[in-house]
Amino acid sequence: MEYISLITGFIMLMIGLWGILSQKNIIKIIIGFTIFDTAINIIIISIGYISGRTAPILDKAVPVKDAVTKIVDPIPQALVLTSIVISLGVTALMLAYALKLHKYKNTLEINKFKDLKW
Amino acid sequence: MVRKFLIFILIASFSVIFINLYQNFKGQDKLNDLSTYYAENEPQELGAQNLVTSIVVTYRGFDTLGEVTILFLAASIIGFFLKIKESDKQKKRDLRKTSEILETASKILVPLIFLLGVYVFANGHLTPGGGFQGGAIMASGMVLLLLANPEKNVKHSLFSGIESISGFTYVILGLLGIYFAYGFLDNRVLPLGQFGNIFSAGLIPLIYTFIGLKVGSELTNIVGNLKETQKETE
Repeated sequence: MEYISLITGFIMLMIGLWGILSQKNIIKIIIGFTIFDTAINIIIISIGYISGRTAPILDKAVPVKDAVTKIVDPIPQALVLTSIVISLGVTALMLAYALKLHKYKNTLEINKFKDLKW
Repeated sequence: MVRKFLIFILIASFSVIFINLYQNFKGQDKLNDLSTYYAENEPQELGAQNLVTSIVVTYRGFDTLGEVTILFLAASIIGFFLKIKESDKQKKRDLRKTSEILETASKILVPLIFLLGVYVFANGHLTPGGGFQGGAIMASGMVLLLLANPEKNVKHSLFSGIESISGFTYVILGLLGIYFAYGFLDNRVLPLGQFGNIFSAGLIPLIYTFIGLKVGSELTNIVGNLKETQKETE
């Protein structure tokens, strides 16, 4: 199971990287970044997975006394929660910049923005 | 052509790294020391059913404070960056009338979505979920409201008020831990209660409620700002 999600994560990571590098439209580049973020989250989660175990919630299914042998690693999941929030903030900022860029040049084509080239 | 070739080389080299990583990856078969400590001692120490919540809010609470700060910074940078002129604010956009299905559905669905959001962050210490998820659900309800009434605007002063009050209360609750418990953001200020009850785990449900309100109002502010800038272009 963890191998499947690891492969999915790696493939998605490569798709995201390809999108960031090869697309010309700024919105598509941002979509590439979000795919990249999601892929990294999937990889982190799959590292913490232990096969045959369940979510780290100590309810009826997981009695408190044998929690150690029944739950997956909770720390990567807590880290992914942080990383999701950060990627949301980054995506919102990128979209705001895209709006402003579109306002000044009336285009989203990345090749038209040459002000920083020398 | 050269560009495409370079991209291809980059992705190919990345895939070589990943194949190596994949071949050397061995799934864990038991928890590591830190997770074992959390799994064994968390029920007596903090009394929250959901281990992820107890790590996010208490064991690594300082991280979460930083995370909330980053979200606040992103929201305020967007608010500053997308500020529009007073003259633009008065402009009317001629929009297509909203369909009746969307209007009627939003009247029924929005209160239910808010209820679900409140449920998710109030039960963050018992079931999957928590402040960030509940806040995002509530913000999605606000997005539905905005779609159904496109000529209305988000009331930024109200949401900024909710956001600053809840962020301030979060820090105050954290500081209470120094005086009444064992450290900053410690949840043992209130009694731990019975394990598995809604009123348990000390300060965790309170802190998550404030985080939920803060995240919900921040996301609503971001969406409102992104919506209002469209007046500039017309």
